[in-house]
Amino acid sequence: MRKFGYKTRSMAVTGKKLLEVEQLEVVFETRDGEVKAVNKLDFSMQSGETLAIVGESGSGKSQTALAIMKLLAANGEARGAARFYGRNLLEMTATEINEVRGEHIAMIFQDPTSSLNPYMTIEEQMLEVLMRHRKMSRKDARLRVLEMLTQVDIPDPQRRIRQYPHEYSGGMQQRVLIAMGLLCQPELLIADEPTTALDVTVQDQIKRLMRELKEKFNTSILLITHDLGVVAGLADKVLVMYAGQLVESAPVDEIFYRPRHPYTAALLKAVPRLDQVGDYDMHPIPGNPPNLLNLPKGCPFRNRCEMAFDACKQMPQVREVVPGHRLRCFLDGDALK
Amino acid sequence: MLNYSLRRLAWAFPTLLLLITVAFFMIRVAPGGPFDSEKNLPPEIQQNLNAKYHLDEPLVQQYFRYLGQILRFDFGPSFQYRDWTVNQLIARGFPVSLSIGALAMLLSFTLGVGIGTMAALRQNNVLDHGLMGFAMLGISIPNFVIAPLLILVISVYWGWLPSGGWEWNWRNMVLPVITLAMPITAYIARLMRGSMIEVLHSDFIRTARAKGLSEFTVIRRHAMKPALLPVISFMGPALAGLITGSVVIEKIFAIPGIGSFFVQGAMNRDYTLVMGVVIFYGALIILFNFLVDLIYAWLNPRIHYK
Repeated sequence: MRKFGYKTRSMAVTGKKLLEVEQLEVVFETRDGEVKAVNKLDFSMQSGETLAIVGESGSGKSQTALAIMKLLAANGEARGAARFYGRNLLEMTATEINEVRGEHIAMIFQDPTSSLNPYMTIEEQMLEVLMRHRKMSRKDARLRVLEMLTQVDIPDPQRRIRQYPHEYSGGMQQRVLIAMGLLCQPELLIADEPTTALDVTVQDQIKRLMRELKEKFNTSILLITHDLGVVAGLADKVLVMYAGQLVESAPVDEIFYRPRHPYTAALLKAVPRLDQVGDYDMHPIPGNPPNLLNLPKGCPFRNRCEMAFDACKQMPQVREVVPGHRLRCFLDGDALK
Repeated sequence: MLNYSLRRLAWAFPTLLLLITVAFFMIRVAPGGPFDSEKNLPPEIQQNLNAKYHLDEPLVQQYFRYLGQILRFDFGPSFQYRDWTVNQLIARGFPVSLSIGALAMLLSFTLGVGIGTMAALRQNNVLDHGLMGFAMLGISIPNFVIAPLLILVISVYWGWLPSGGWEWNWRNMVLPVITLAMPITAYIARLMRGSMIEVLHSDFIRTARAKGLSEFTVIRRHAMKPALLPVISFMGPALAGLITGSVVIEKIFAIPGIGSFFVQGAMNRDYTLVMGVVIFYGALIILFNFLVDLIYAWLNPRIHYK
């Protein structure tokens, strides 16, 4: 069995949660002072579940993902806990986390072109995952890689496997990265803006592919995105972040059809829709997210919020409005309708 | 690839021709002549000497005569070392210069890459600052200062190694090789540190880490090759630096290599010897740069020479 000591596929039986993030804080030491990119974040994921973390740039969603993988930049520090089947990833040594990375938790990144090593063939980059974690022979590993590339619709993998990343299109590179991530059939796949850097048509292919693979491999996905279109097709639950904090989290239908936080509602409204003909207006959210170096007291969204009132000068606490629906707002969302 | 190689080699000829032309006329512009240091030459003898070496002909005629010689790979007789042709002098000095130069090149490459990588991995801590401070010293202190210092301490005070002279023996090579390698090691170390730090920040390194590879594997398999590329392309200029350095160092350590012949030749206005060394080293640098470019393309799959 693997060193990490999990009997992987029986995990669900033990009843321990796939991922439990508690009071997660990500802090960066910068020249201008301490920046809190993620602030006291709580969430959890069940096995097989897909959670989407949604927010604008700088909301802390990517840093949350990197913190879980212990891949923060050198000046960043993660506090709190991120328990993977009960074991706190944040407290793991380099050797321990390396047993988890790639084998139990895989990650794919925003820009596939720069995320693949331009100096190595696709084959070398994929083989090393299996040879590292599964101690497979080159020959066996190669068969598995070819099979995986077929799964993600890479045509003629026998030939293409010997090529370098620059000989692939952006969409194919992302498919390679997805295949690479799924090689060891990880329990959790973290996808950090997997479609953002791609053409719209290609985005759609990747979305469809991820949905397909999720069902085929029963992999849980932690999806980091600002694209609500991706969320709709893929996620079971949605967590909306703003200025490093959770503002709302709920099952995906609740978020789309009954958003309770003014920010969530504004995000949904800001999505341009093709089915609205005629004099359709864009609805951007006015203003900018606050400066994390110097967060104002109270609700961070208050200055951009249409419904803000006096009480918002105090920070609202997260509360469970209905079971499974958490909200950081003094209002309960009924006024939004 | 073959096409590219042939074209590069074809380009070597005009480059060399330009080098020969400039060097030929420059050395003739320098005041004095090859026989000026002889004592009280009677005018008849002077005339005879000039006639023998064709120095009485118009300069342009001499130039074309010289070009004709070179086409036959004949650098002519040395003016100063009687009984020696320049070809013989180069054949005698080159093995000595080559062994010192090659050792210095090898040393500075391995040491420079090692030090640079170490400094990059310990970025901004004491080790990094120490190594880089040392490298800065290596770059800024000229070799004609380092060499006498090393001789003074290691040879004179401690008596560990000979202060100069030449035998085919490692003891005679240590100090010249160290002196020659020092600035290039320092330069490579700084170059390597910078490129390694840059590479370690790239997205594909994050991907490699996300795969669960150990830090050592990440660096060896993923970061080393791209980080080496700037160092590889520096090897061409490094050779030129080595050759320049060897001129000084062979003089200081009294080593009978091409460099010391060159210095002697330049001081004595030994036209043929100086020209011979210039052309020989020029061709060497051109060839070496070509090899470096081939290695670069081999390391970088995104480069295709057509």
